Amino acid sequence: MKNTSVSKKELFELYHKMLLIRRFEEKAGQLYGMGHIGGFCHLYIGQEAVVVGIDSIKENGDQNITSYRDHGHMLACGMDPKMVMAELTGRFTGYSKGKGGSMHMFSKSEGFYGGHGIVGAQVPIGAGIAFANKYKKNKRVCFTYFGEGAANQGQVYEAFNMASLWKLPVVFVIENNQYAMGTSMVRASSTEEMFARGLAFNIPGKAVNGMNVLDVAKEAARAADHCRAGKGPFILEMKTYRYRGHSMSDPAKYRTREEVQKVREEKDPIDTLRSILIEEHKVSEKEFKETDAEIKGIVTEASDFALNSPEPDIKELWTDVYAG
Amino acid sequence: MKTEILMPSLSPTMEEGSLAKWYVSPGDKVKPGDIIADIETDKALMEYESIEEGTIVELIVKEGTENIKVNSLIAIIETEGIEEINIRKVDNIKKIEPISIDNNEEVLSEEDNLDSADTTVEETKRLNKETTENQVVNELTVREAINNAIAEEMRLDEDVFLMGEEVGEYQGAYKVSQGLLEEFGAERVIDTPITEHGFTGLAVGAAFTGIRPIVEFMTFNFAMQALDQIINSAAKTNYMSGGQINCPIVFRGPNGAAARVAAQHSQDFASLYASIPGLKVIQPFSAEDAKGLLKSAIRENNPVVFLENEILYGKSFPVNIDSEQVIPIGKAKIISTGQDVTIISYGIGMMHTLDADKKLKELGISADIIDLRTIRPIDFDVIIESVKKTNRCVTVEESFPVCSVGSYIGSQIMIRAFDYLDAPVLNCTGKDVPMPYAENLEKAALITADEIVFSVKQVLYKD
Repeated sequence: MKNTSVSKKELFELYHKMLLIRRFEEKAGQLYGMGHIGGFCHLYIGQEAVVVGIDSIKENGDQNITSYRDHGHMLACGMDPKMVMAELTGRFTGYSKGKGGSMHMFSKSEGFYGGHGIVGAQVPIGAGIAFANKYKKNKRVCFTYFGEGAANQGQVYEAFNMASLWKLPVVFVIENNQYAMGTSMVRASSTEEMFARGLAFNIPGKAVNGMNVLDVAKEAARAADHCRAGKGPFILEMKTYRYRGHSMSDPAKYRTREEVQKVREEKDPIDTLRSILIEEHKVSEKEFKETDAEIKGIVTEASDFALNSPEPDIKELWTDVYAG
Repeated sequence: MKTEILMPSLSPTMEEGSLAKWYVSPGDKVKPGDIIADIETDKALMEYESIEEGTIVELIVKEGTENIKVNSLIAIIETEGIEEINIRKVDNIKKIEPISIDNNEEVLSEEDNLDSADTTVEETKRLNKETTENQVVNELTVREAINNAIAEEMRLDEDVFLMGEEVGEYQGAYKVSQGLLEEFGAERVIDTPITEHGFTGLAVGAAFTGIRPIVEFMTFNFAMQALDQIINSAAKTNYMSGGQINCPIVFRGPNGAAARVAAQHSQDFASLYASIPGLKVIQPFSAEDAKGLLKSAIRENNPVVFLENEILYGKSFPVNIDSEQVIPIGKAKIISTGQDVTIISYGIGMMHTLDADKKLKELGISADIIDLRTIRPIDFDVIIESVKKTNRCVTVEESFPVCSVGSYIGSQIMIRAFDYLDAPVLNCTGKDVPMPYAENLEKAALITADEIVFSVKQVLYKD
């Protein structure tokens, strides 16, 4: 994905992944409404191009870590939709045996370090994973995602300072979806240029159209190269938008329906890629329909698997408090 | 006019120090700001400047002298003026005696309680000592024991590293990490910015990948800034990930009251951390336990909060374990056995307990004395067995009384050994106030041996 001449096959993989995230999240919202998913549930709909674009340029062993809005990140990095959905529904077959839930899921084998419920806490942890990469001299990069709301947390800047001081291979991905829960960025941030938040620490940054998966991939590849060359961290501000509320219980009174509708119609990342596939690669309606059907099957299978899985045995209450 | 130059106090707990070097000789003229000597303490080697203008008449203390009490005379200077003063003799120099926990007669007396935590020249030589040949070192300070434990484990496992403020080039704010930078280099002995929340999170992230950070907090008071990462990230992730991601990390540093540093720098966090599932909590008293338990903590696959004590750093203890030996986490130690009462303590509380035990012996009262060593998990087998024998129990700790470790132990004894109790379990704790600064108030806020004796008499229904 590093050059502009992306093949049809590669493009279709991106499309497939973004659509999977969208349909999976729609299903999660549905299951939440039916009472199968409890607690907090933060959907990623609208932001799919960010994780899918970044994942497309990752190399073997690269890690990622994010906040509680994490379903998309897990699907993008290849985690099994069945096990993600099982965790969302609190089943033993979930990634955390049903003990983590929507916000706390991990897969060490896929390099996914969570899934963190405290706003901003994953940022120094991500820098620490990058620290371990440097300590082990393994040339891996840790992609550390957080929102523009978390970007106002103090520990983010503590992490920036150390990451730059020690030249840690970490790409800080600020997913700027414009609303920190119900507070728009202009009401919470003294500056609107999130990519420039690292300038005081000598961390280069770039604003990217986070609604275009190809732009995302191109800039992410550059940022990762910067890290792998030993030049330290890089900040990518992904300008994106979330269509749904902050969580399922968000009435979303802080913005108009028209605002959301306008983004969906004009900037939707899946529609944008679909247009490219039609115009440049002559993808037929039939091919799209086949893909839709395939993804619907995957999501239905995930949902069925989750709902047919048992809850954790009550003895699981007492396991995993300590590692052996 | 002859003016005295006195041994300066250079840290809150310093009561004595060493005169490492004189820069002046009798007959030399000095003016304010001239460096006249190097004074060595646990904090650092400090240059000592003259505040007088005049001529050095006599150096009372020789270069290299150790254990010079604060405010004792070290030199005399002739300054402008005519009045002669009486010159005092240096009579305060005292040798630090080792503490034996097997023989209470040699244990600290109360007046020693606030002895200097400063390093001696001998101790400095022993810090970071090679113990790879398995020799048993007979006597170490707690500081040396911790230093040796870190060095030994870093030699064994390249994934173990130390990070914190001033651990490297400064050689440790309390000299605990002295010599480690030289042996292991800056990649493994990492000086951090003053950024507790950040470097704790960073270390937790590193530990998630499987390498083993030892995070030094300059004091646990500063770890308050990092509580979210310790509790929400380090302690809970193994559970939240269904056992996929564990966090092999040690958080260590001085905890509890030092001396005269007031409310924000004087508190024992044992009960706070001990209430968190996912953490293990250790608070050693002796050097042997500090060494053996820290080695276990570094090898542990879970986050360990290892609570040290500034006042204990300079205390010497017999150490009878070699570099291969560890002391298991979660096991209490019976320090002495008796019939009349069980006294349970940990950390610096043991110092007061052992002091109280001497007084109890004079009163003909014999006690089972249990050093918990690990606060989470607590070794209840040892506690319950002892209480079933003595039927009475007093707990001793420095922390606040509300939700203290002792109050939990008391409730557990009530549940597990109710029929054996002949008296309510009493808790000796620090007072329920922020630590005051004034010397007399601070003393009143801390636990004392006399309070322990009083509580023991109460559970024995003696007046």
